[in-house]
Amino acid sequence: MSAGTPLLSVRDLTARIATHHEIVEAVRGVSFDVAPGEAVGFVGESGCGKSVTARAIMRLAAEGTDVRLDGKILFKGRDLLTLSDREMGKMRGRQIAMVFQDPMTSLNPVMTVGAQIDDVLRRHTDLYGRAVRARSIELLDAVGVPDPARRADDHPHQFSGGQRQRILIAIAIACDPDLLIADEPTTALDVTVQAQILRLLMRLREERGMSLLLITHDFGVVAGMVEKVNVMYRGEIVETGDVDTLLSKPQHEYTKSLLAAVPRIRVAGAIS
Amino acid sequence: MSLVNDDIAPVGSTRRSWRAQLRGGSVLLCVGLLMLAIMIVTTVLAPWIVPYDPSASIGMPLSPPNAEHLLGTDVIGRDILSRLISGGRTTLLITGIAVSLALVAGLILGLLSGYLGGIVDETIMRILDVVFAFPVFLLAIAVVAALGPTIPNLIITIAIVYTPAMARVVRGPVLSVKQWDHVEAARSIGVGDVRIVSRHILPIVASPVVVETSLTLAQTIFTVTALSFLGLGPPPPDPNWGGMLAESRQFMELAPITVIAPAGAIVFATMTFIILANGLREFLNVSTRR
Amino acid sequence: MSETVMPAAQPEGPVLEVSDLTVTFPGLHGGATVTAVDRASFVIGRGETLGLVGQSGSGKTTTGRAVLQLQKVTSGSVRLLGRELVGMGRKPLREMRRHMQFVQQNPYSSLHPRLTIGRILSEPLEVHRTVSRARIRERIVELLELVNMDPKVVDRYPHEFSGGQRQRIVIARALAVNPDFVVCDEAVSALDVRTQAQIVTLLQGLQERLGLSYLFVAHDLAIVREMAHRVAVMYSGQIVELGPSAAVYDSPGHAYTRLLLDSIPVPDPAIQRLRLRNPLPDVRFVDSNPGPCAHAEDHATTGTAPMHMIGPDHCVSCRFQPQPR
Repeated sequence: MSAGTPLLSVRDLTARIATHHEIVEAVRGVSFDVAPGEAVGFVGESGCGKSVTARAIMRLAAEGTDVRLDGKILFKGRDLLTLSDREMGKMRGRQIAMVFQDPMTSLNPVMTVGAQIDDVLRRHTDLYGRAVRARSIELLDAVGVPDPARRADDHPHQFSGGQRQRILIAIAIACDPDLLIADEPTTALDVTVQAQILRLLMRLREERGMSLLLITHDFGVVAGMVEKVNVMYRGEIVETGDVDTLLSKPQHEYTKSLLAAVPRIRVAGAIS
Repeated sequence: MSLVNDDIAPVGSTRRSWRAQLRGGSVLLCVGLLMLAIMIVTTVLAPWIVPYDPSASIGMPLSPPNAEHLLGTDVIGRDILSRLISGGRTTLLITGIAVSLALVAGLILGLLSGYLGGIVDETIMRILDVVFAFPVFLLAIAVVAALGPTIPNLIITIAIVYTPAMARVVRGPVLSVKQWDHVEAARSIGVGDVRIVSRHILPIVASPVVVETSLTLAQTIFTVTALSFLGLGPPPPDPNWGGMLAESRQFMELAPITVIAPAGAIVFATMTFIILANGLREFLNVSTRR
Repeated sequence: MSETVMPAAQPEGPVLEVSDLTVTFPGLHGGATVTAVDRASFVIGRGETLGLVGQSGSGKTTTGRAVLQLQKVTSGSVRLLGRELVGMGRKPLREMRRHMQFVQQNPYSSLHPRLTIGRILSEPLEVHRTVSRARIRERIVELLELVNMDPKVVDRYPHEFSGGQRQRIVIARALAVNPDFVVCDEAVSALDVRTQAQIVTLLQGLQERLGLSYLFVAHDLAIVREMAHRVAVMYSGQIVELGPSAAVYDSPGHAYTRLLLDSIPVPDPAIQRLRLRNPLPDVRFVDSNPGPCAHAEDHATTGTAPMHMIGPDHCVSCRFQPQPR
């Protein structure tokens, strides 16, 4: 499926996190590739290092922590860890974008959603004047916000959780990034809303040929969405493989135990 | 849905020692505590450490600082250092008792108001609003002028004046903490109101109250000395900082130390509590992280 | 609403009977009142788990809180062990709380951060005086063992424990006074998948040993399937389907139940890929949202369909489901 050089190539990534009182090696020697247009899933429990890995690619750290990264994160052949903050700032949003778990706290509550998308467009693209807002409305339309021209002037609290997540996705895809990192994008949402957001991510990925890095604790979420899966446990990738093989014939004991813990619901006849 | 946002594996105990917390950034708190200790020690030991009788004329008037009188003498030849220490005792005593009273009253009113809500809250807060609407100083002058400038009157006045502020500081967090899960859990267990307030709410709201109390102490020192300066403080000849300032201001050019000494003491005491408040704010915020 | 008064505490009667429970909230800024729970009725027998599922905002959490009288009930009746709780005085209600307990969603906020585990667990014992003071320590050890925790933890603080361990402590606290009935409000939602499975197993084991009845409120249908004997599906404050778990999950009668079930991602790439190709239907289900339902009926004009039997003990609110013979 992937021809030539990978879009993203992470080699021997180690992340040490210094909190107020201790240093934790949250990610240890993680290596993986993401080909152009490919979708890769990371599955693991909270604390396994999957979110730290995702943030590391963006060179972001969780609030109140100090992260030290070692190894290589090659994006289109350039090591992101050697870039200056300024260069990295240009990379973020423009070439690599991220969608977080919590759509409530990721939006600015006092700005209209239109203005928030405008901001991103002005910062990262050559658009100016009316073209900016027009593009923002297009983006809202693309992520399925109904009546986008009018809703662009609403504030985040006027939207439901699912729609806020759509808006965050609109912001993330504003500059046509090559890689979209989605960190538990549906965890805070209801199951029917989750189903809609997954469909949206799927559609956008296909339309735009983006690569997708999907971080989740739920094997069900990655199942239909990605080609490759990495299972993380205690900061390391314990199993990796294509999604069909890994889910039907898990090799590592940890993967087996995780899959066994997923409560089964009868699915026969449930496909609508 | 996972409520755990930080993806960090907890290793070992996450409890921190007090020493670690202090190292973790509270230089301010240490400085504040040190200053407070100096003040408390001088106040408590005042009768034994004053070099001379603070009310007796024992030297040349307005003599500059010298070996005999470290801070010189005032207009009728009293030792300024002795008066400063002894006056501090009066000032700090008034401040301490008054703020303690305001704290107790504010806690009771704030807890009642915040916890019970509804009509009780409305009534208490409207009454306090009336007191709060007056400028602190004006109200204090009016009450002391009406009741007479004795130490108990001064204490009661200041307590009344600062009660609304304390009550507000308590009420705010109570309003939010009473909706927290562990309070609802206590209620669902069948825990009574008194116990919910004392055990499940009060310890949580204590931090902002402690900080506010320290700030109020700083303000109160200022108010007490200002009232004394205006002649509404403890009656002479007992020394107090505000009174010392008032007596000396006409000799400011002749003997600057007569003004600098009490003014410095006032600044020191006020700064102590402001620094302490900021140190505590930093320190308590860290330790109240949930 | 008006019910005949039954003689108190029949040993073989249901543990909990809820009928026409309605909770309304005053609208924000003087707006129209919001009906969070709309004429909900259900019964829970001894040793039985009723699952209550629905999306956020469906009123399931409010239902749980209203049953426990932590939320003011607008109308309807809640009977625990044959005694009416709605309108009960403060003191008798506090005594009744011994029989009903609460396990909340977030184990990070439902434990007092400044109390040791020992003191947290002794609180219900002190309040209800179910054991003598001298025996409190002993009882705490019993409780911790009951939830598979090392009794040595009594002097530690909640923040020293993981989410799963904390939830065990919350469960131990709920069981301290030997309740008959426990409301579990999203009790495992904040936990990891494997921890969820452990807590579910624990709750089931405790039910068997102690004969507990649960109202298990959750948005996660898979977990409810594991836990519940019967399931109620709530939509917009109304219960639209209620029946034995097997019946509701395997042959759902209501279109909304079907939509929920179809939305759960399953760890099977073939099925998931197929599903993600198809758009989700956009339909309405009850009288409070106008528009066509799955059977093109507009409930805003016809009203919510009355609950009726479509199988043994299996009720549904849909006029297109077969009526009982």
